[in-house]
Amino acid sequence: MNLFFFSSPPTFFRLAGAMAPWFFVLAAVLAAAGLYVGFVVAPTDAVQGEVYRIIFIHVPAAWMSMFLYFVMACWGAASLTFNTRLSAMMARAIAPTGAMFTFIALWSGAFWGRPTWGTYWVWDARMTSELVLLFLYFGFIALANAFEDPRRGDRAAALLGIIGVVNLPIIYFSVQWWNTLHQGSSVSFKGTSMHIAMLWGMLLMALACWMYAIGASLVRVRSVILEREARTRWVRELGPRASAAIAAPGVTKLPG
Amino acid sequence: MNVAAQVAAMPPPEGSFGAGFSWAIARDLTLALRHPGETLLVVAFFVLVASLFPMGVGADPQLLLRIGPGVIWVCALLAAFLSLPSLFAADYADGTLEQMVLSPHPMPGWVSGKIAAHWLVSGLPLTVLSPLLGLQYGLEVATLAALAAALAIGTPVLSLLGAACSALALGARGGGILLALLALPLFVPVLIFGAGAAEAQAAGLSSAPHLSLLGALAIVATMGLPFAVCAAVRIALD
Repeated sequence: MNLFFFSSPPTFFRLAGAMAPWFFVLAAVLAAAGLYVGFVVAPTDAVQGEVYRIIFIHVPAAWMSMFLYFVMACWGAASLTFNTRLSAMMARAIAPTGAMFTFIALWSGAFWGRPTWGTYWVWDARMTSELVLLFLYFGFIALANAFEDPRRGDRAAALLGIIGVVNLPIIYFSVQWWNTLHQGSSVSFKGTSMHIAMLWGMLLMALACWMYAIGASLVRVRSVILEREARTRWVRELGPRASAAIAAPGVTKLPG
Repeated sequence: MNVAAQVAAMPPPEGSFGAGFSWAIARDLTLALRHPGETLLVVAFFVLVASLFPMGVGADPQLLLRIGPGVIWVCALLAAFLSLPSLFAADYADGTLEQMVLSPHPMPGWVSGKIAAHWLVSGLPLTVLSPLLGLQYGLEVATLAALAAALAIGTPVLSLLGAACSALALGARGGGILLALLALPLFVPVLIFGAGAAEAQAAGLSSAPHLSLLGALAIVATMGLPFAVCAAVRIALD
């Protein structure tokens, strides 16, 4: 099979339309299971009490914030290397979801910090670098949209994303390098220091976030494809509903 | 022999990294000397903002001692950022940049030369002036030395990162603010280690670890970023 078969925007538009609902269903099922395990099955933490349950959204969001940036940079690198249109559109489609998860990680962290550390915010190494990540996402989105020619924005933003990747190891290892207020990691590939139910709740929620991120990116990439290809024949053949979707994204249901 | 044949018989023009580097640095320094106002503006901005803080937060010597290195570093960051448009934007606007890309010299050479010239007219004056501003904040001599050393190592990294961002933002809408959004987050590691060096010295610790990390950043940036800048310039001229 030709690997570049799905890199044609019309083909991928239909594929993404067919796949996106399944990822949302998976996300909902996994999130329901994860929240059930997190709030009903998992025991109360011996030290932090009930507050620790923020972990079930905080840690998956923080993981996704870093992972999505990496995926976005990889799509950017692919678009610069192979000069494929769709890769750059995928990078654009992932960026807002990544920024959202970064924001959730910071916000839920603030609400966790208040009862446990006594403060919403400290200028701790991990939090500062996560905040920088949020601004890197904003910079990527702003640069991608700053040019009249969208292809120019694609390429400039892809290069910016690749330069910004150096921030990821800084975030990931910050708790080991600086040893500041943010606690170290409880989970690693070697094992965990957590109760097994807590771990399962967290992993289920992480998978739910993952599925949501894929579904949301697929929906968004469909909008990007429609915007870019608005003047092509295949988009016009989609009919008036697609034109309305370009005029008011999110209001009209897109044809599958 | 007709002219076309003569032209065809001529050896192709040869370029080299060193020749491109020295040509670009000489050109940009000459330009800066012919318009000394721009360079002086950056220095004046640096001194002005650093002098505003004591008026804003109060002239308590203990407080000034505490915030001095950080304030001077933030001022250096802003000054380095403000002088970025002179790096590529003017050459891009009048087409000179395109001619430079067409020149026989390899791109990393003259791009590095332009970045070096930018550091000589923005980073170097700030480094030289920083002990004077540090004195205004009542810093010890050892702290002043650590501050100047950190600025000497760190400001080239600012010039390199800033060059990459300003090349990416060439021809973009919302130029200045966009450039701030791109460049300032990338400046953060330099700020942390740079201000950390002087603060460690002020706290009676060694500034060497911070300076070493800054040095590592500078080496990685010098090796890698000129190529990123070249790629960005190519994207801008596509």
